[in-house]
Amino acid sequence: MKKLLTLLVAAIMAVACCFGLVGCGGEDDTPVVALITLHGRSSTYDKNFIEAFETACANKGLNKKQYAIVSDIEEDASCYNAAKDLVDQGYKGIFADSFGHEAYMIQAATEFTDVQFYHATGTSALSVNKANFHNAFASIYEGRYLAGYAAGLKLLTMTDKAVDNNFQLGYVGAHPYAEVISGYTSWYLGVVAALNEYNAENSTAYTATMEVTYTGTWYGETQEKTAAETLIGNGAVLISQHADSMGAPTACENANVPNVAYNGTTGKNSLVAYSKINWVPYFEKMIDQVQGGAAVETDWTGTIATDSVQWALGAGAAAGTQAKVDAVQAELIAGTRKVFDVSTFTVKASAIQSVIDDPLSFTPMSAFTLDGETVGHITSLTVSGQEVIKTAGTIRYFDESVVRSAPYFQMIIEGITII
Amino acid sequence: MAEIKVAREPLFHIVKRPNIPVWKKLLYYAIAIVAALIISAVFCAISSDVGDFGDFFKYLFEGVIGTEMRIWLFFREGMLLLGVALALLPAFKMKFWNLGANGQVVISCLVSYAVMFYFGKEGGSSNATVIVIMIVASISASILWAVIPAIFKAFFNTNETLFTLMMNYIAEGLVLLMIKVWAPSGSGSLDPIPDFGLIDIGNVYLLTITVVAIISVFSYFYLNKSKHGYELSVVGESVNTAKYAGMNVKKIVIRTMVLSGAICGIIGLLLTGNINHSVHSTMHGNMGFTAIIATWLAQFNPLTTIGTCFLITFISRGMNFVKIKFHFYDTSIVNVVIGFTYFFIIACSFFISYKLIFKKKEKKAMPTDFMVDGSQAETVAEKPATKTKSNKKGVKNND
Repeated sequence: MKKLLTLLVAAIMAVACCFGLVGCGGEDDTPVVALITLHGRSSTYDKNFIEAFETACANKGLNKKQYAIVSDIEEDASCYNAAKDLVDQGYKGIFADSFGHEAYMIQAATEFTDVQFYHATGTSALSVNKANFHNAFASIYEGRYLAGYAAGLKLLTMTDKAVDNNFQLGYVGAHPYAEVISGYTSWYLGVVAALNEYNAENSTAYTATMEVTYTGTWYGETQEKTAAETLIGNGAVLISQHADSMGAPTACENANVPNVAYNGTTGKNSLVAYSKINWVPYFEKMIDQVQGGAAVETDWTGTIATDSVQWALGAGAAAGTQAKVDAVQAELIAGTRKVFDVSTFTVKASAIQSVIDDPLSFTPMSAFTLDGETVGHITSLTVSGQEVIKTAGTIRYFDESVVRSAPYFQMIIEGITII
Repeated sequence: MAEIKVAREPLFHIVKRPNIPVWKKLLYYAIAIVAALIISAVFCAISSDVGDFGDFFKYLFEGVIGTEMRIWLFFREGMLLLGVALALLPAFKMKFWNLGANGQVVISCLVSYAVMFYFGKEGGSSNATVIVIMIVASISASILWAVIPAIFKAFFNTNETLFTLMMNYIAEGLVLLMIKVWAPSGSGSLDPIPDFGLIDIGNVYLLTITVVAIISVFSYFYLNKSKHGYELSVVGESVNTAKYAGMNVKKIVIRTMVLSGAICGIIGLLLTGNINHSVHSTMHGNMGFTAIIATWLAQFNPLTTIGTCFLITFISRGMNFVKIKFHFYDTSIVNVVIGFTYFFIIACSFFISYKLIFKKKEKKAMPTDFMVDGSQAETVAEKPATKTKSNKKGVKNND
């Protein structure tokens, strides 16, 4: 036994010495920025932030000792504790990626006024109005629309799957929340736009309807997979999702159903297209600010122009899709096409009424008028006191992510059914 | 009838060890933990391009005791885990496998938040009123969650492991459901209610630490010095013995689970009413399961449980810091290291209780040896002079 002990201790010492000699570099290790994420890399949502953060830090010449990524932080006091700990370590800018982190980030921002706090998807920066607290999002509805357009082109190559010339789509959503609703509506409108443009030049007129199901969690592999399987079972011929795991893409791959992803590529053969928010530009602004550069806006919305909204095609895309979607993107940038063109969709009066009646909603919509009885096009709508139905040239459109960065389109339009 | 087998002697025999002194046991455990950490350190150093072997230990300790806040958090988290472990102890001693601590904690969180929401935020009651209602309601809810499986166990002899597990899912489901009611924006996360809740004493950590310290003292006396504590250990040893001794087993089972639930309720109350002022479905932080391992490693000894709870918290908090510093963006690495440690501790406890006796080389030439069916440990226990182990083989009547 004694011999064994001696041997063990000797081995430990030897190994410790070897490692002790390594890693005596002279790198600058002043902490600069840190990222707090809800989950780790296994979540596509958080992975998108983590990878962008690493890229931005590398672009700005920060080494790994100058930035930190704190993963798996729940939406509770542990977010405040993580932020406080990072402040103690000397980080000057702290970013949190999950909606529920906001209250705790504001708590930290109130306490540590010399540190900048940034929060994605949040809604409160404008109302709390602190110099060191910022919200950010992107006009991802444009990316969704373009991915939807690619999906529409894919559907036109699988017309045998249409029932009475109608394609049934499926969508796996996380929560019945504006961010999700805005996401699937813009996606659906993209699909419909592609079909309508085909119909205008052809004798057969194709339509699309969509079933949406909510999993009740932002990340739930099993629930998302089951939800996708249910939608496929209901007759969906193409699936998209706003949920953070690989659940739905896996179900699609297994059932040989094309899939449109969010937050990044799934790497699967069934992938038609994906859209994602590219956080690199924002992270670079943030690093600039804490290193003495220009202050970041209190509420910032990235766009296609700032390279914050990205999309790409997958292995399952139809031939010739790239050029067509590029053309549509050019129109969006030029402003000659709008995602939420109010002439392209109709809403039930009750769908808007339910949004207004909801007194606890933090984005009450009011003062709408419909140019129809129960179903019609929106002609006027105010969000937080601001008119959001605007005119650009001849187009009347719902102006998303302008009153604040986080989406606020939360009406269920005709053609979409919640199951 | 005796059955005689002619067989080759196995490579080794497992033999029970005579008791060894406590200091030696502790030394063995310490070696096991250090060995686990060394392996983890090598594993982490290889996987990371930023940290090396020495950094692992530096960050492991820095993450736990590097700043004043980390020390407080270490104690608070350790105490919370200890609280849940103390809730499980009486049930486990009674051999009632309460796997429902997660649910019992989270239902208490849920009710605490409900009271803060309806009485405080919406109802405009004073914080004092909210506190009183919250304490009563949350602990009652938790007791209810624990006592339902206990009643079924006592009266219908249902399987408590499955029942308590099932109650976890119901509790977590209820939380998700209520979040939908309380957060109609549909985002799935609640706003904290910082204006209501238990009052801090000294700082934000001390209330939890004090309350669990009181529970610990209470548990020690309850389990070791009280009639209740004695009764539940008798039920754990043998239900029939308890019955013959005139104990009301049903009552003891239900009473113990009331206690178990009440302690979980207090933990939930602290989590929502004092620490987070909010609730989500995983606010239990999986402590209900971690505490099972903590109590098992401690062999259901309340004092040893303190050690195991703080050890697990130490590694968990330390590894979370290593994870950040080594740029691992996944919590799995923390679990891997905790897993290594469990493995080594369990292996160590095996070698403390038993030893392996390898067959001697010269014995290879004796194929006519008889093999014993049944327990070999007993045979040797009678002959502690293990040097004469070649004598232990023989013929044994196994009827």
